[in-house]
Amino acid sequence: MSSAEQLHVVTSDEISPARIRLGRLMIWASAALLALVALAQVAQSTGRAEFGFTTWRPTLYAYCLWATALCWAQVVIRGERGKRTLFVLPAALFVVSLTVFPLLFGLVIAFSSWNLSNPAGRSFNGAANLVQMWNDPFYWNALGNMVWYVLAIVAEYAIAFSLALLLNAQIRARKFFRVAFLLPLMLSPVAVSWMIGKSMLEARFGPISRLARWLGVDNPAFFETAWMAKTTIMVMDAWTFIPFMMIMLLAGLQAIPKELTEAAKVDGARGWKAFWEVTFPLMLPVSVTAILIRIIFKLKLADVVINVTSGGPGGATDTVTSFIFREYRERSNVGYGTMLAMVYLVLIVIFMTVLMKWAARYARPRT
Amino acid sequence: MTQQIFRDHETDLAHRAKWWSSRIAIYGALILWAVICLFPIYWTLTTSFKLAPDVMKGNMIPWVDFTPQWKGWEAIGMSPEALQRDSTVRAEFLKRFTNSTVIALSASTLAVLLGSLAAYGLSRFQYRFGFMKNDDISFFFLSQLILPPVVLALPFLVLYKELALLDTRIGLILLYTLTVLPIVIWIMKDQFSTIPTELEEAAMVDGLGIWGAFFTIILPIALPGMVAAFILSLVLTWNEYFFAALLTSTHANTLPVMVASQTGSQGISWWSMAALSFAAILPLIIIGVLLERFIIKGMAAGAVK
Repeated sequence: MSSAEQLHVVTSDEISPARIRLGRLMIWASAALLALVALAQVAQSTGRAEFGFTTWRPTLYAYCLWATALCWAQVVIRGERGKRTLFVLPAALFVVSLTVFPLLFGLVIAFSSWNLSNPAGRSFNGAANLVQMWNDPFYWNALGNMVWYVLAIVAEYAIAFSLALLLNAQIRARKFFRVAFLLPLMLSPVAVSWMIGKSMLEARFGPISRLARWLGVDNPAFFETAWMAKTTIMVMDAWTFIPFMMIMLLAGLQAIPKELTEAAKVDGARGWKAFWEVTFPLMLPVSVTAILIRIIFKLKLADVVINVTSGGPGGATDTVTSFIFREYRERSNVGYGTMLAMVYLVLIVIFMTVLMKWAARYARPRT
Repeated sequence: MTQQIFRDHETDLAHRAKWWSSRIAIYGALILWAVICLFPIYWTLTTSFKLAPDVMKGNMIPWVDFTPQWKGWEAIGMSPEALQRDSTVRAEFLKRFTNSTVIALSASTLAVLLGSLAAYGLSRFQYRFGFMKNDDISFFFLSQLILPPVVLALPFLVLYKELALLDTRIGLILLYTLTVLPIVIWIMKDQFSTIPTELEEAAMVDGLGIWGAFFTIILPIALPGMVAAFILSLVLTWNEYFFAALLTSTHANTLPVMVASQTGSQGISWWSMAALSFAAILPLIIIGVLLERFIIKGMAAGAVK
């Protein structure tokens, strides 16, 4: 991923001690201001003093000021080298303040009993949320569903690969087909939930139900039984995301050097054999990347489930995200919901790490 | 009477037949999948012009088996007739539409700005932030992709409440920027690593600073990649539902939230839902058709190295 080529610049910066002192002053003064404002706000929220703050906004503004001063001071203190840091620092600060801080805060929430509709507010309750989670069959059920949803990627991959092969063949109107195949990816999952889930699959008037009846199914019902509902959700999600894998695989196919396929042809490889012994092994690295990214997106699956089945029938289509969404929407249970999310995050990190380690062996191009 | 002198050999004939059958199979599969992709869009568009009896009878083709009516579009105040008078539903719809537009555009702009700078820095210079070197920093950015939204959602809910950012556009813009930033950095790193460093070296010999070289030399070359990253971010932010549903209530609602809230109400007025859904997907369909090659470029960037 990292490029070997890097820019080496030698600069002779003469930075006066006074300038360095100014830079340090900028950082520390703004940090002191931030600490002061934050302390004042903490004092008010714990009831020790009254400053007339209504929200935590002042702390936010002080934080922004500090972040700006930190970036600016880089140039003041370190000259040209500071200017280089300035490329990465804003993005890094942005991500750190928007993920690391909320995650730490989330950990605090996760170990507390906190119901937003309860006026008593937050109280620390140790591992009680964990115990509740352990005994919550619906959470385990949602996790189990995620396994099935992830496994469905195999089928999606097979379809996406064949579509990519089709688009890579000698065909006319390639651009039309490419645009048409891409369009499902552009549609909002919520709109898709209505377009397909609520109207086209509607039991009486939906065109797909009509088609099913015409094909001889007596009472087409797509969300009645557990497995049928799960499959329908899988199909709808696949419909939106197959183009995504297809495009990555198509790019991979187009990057295969012509000489290789021609040499294989000369050697007598045709049809299936050429595919299995030449194209497929060459496509392994791209396939692994595409599947990994697809898994990441699949683990976030929620919109369709929330809007079409809201987890039903009996939790058969629930994903972890949609389950936590309802836990909050119906019970305002922030503490328990956060604990579930945190456990999910830990599971995902472990799963993805193992998967990436395992995939790294296959993703290396064979030479 | 002419006699045929040249004949196709039998093996050639077999070859022709095989060629034709493979053609038919390929185009058959292509057309089948194109129908699968396009039919839901066609269905939504036509349903928005139908009346209740047309929906129940399953009429499909306008002007042949039903007469298009503006009823569905009237329900969101967008029919030619309704456009001439004031309507509250239209104001509501336009408010959501504006929210979506503003939020998606600003979040994508911010993400492309921050992401391109970071990607450029990471592809050109050696950094050390504490124990983290370049690869660690890249990994740190990309690892954000794994973070499921649900982990951030509830802490943000509480934080935003305290910061009075709940139900504001700014709040959503910040979060959306965060969610698309890893993708932008991925695409842009790939983009910058294809540009030779000699270009900047030459520019610096001519007296430009690092930032000067970046803005005058590198940025124009990397522009197609930036457009690709921007459009991909736009697609993701325009369609985002989860955060919008949790963090907004009345002021900063986006279109997906509006669509979802209408789906919940069980009185099936298909025509108005169809019109609303179609209005929600139309901007991206236009972008998809016009700028397809940028989207493909963006998605292909990470795949092939």
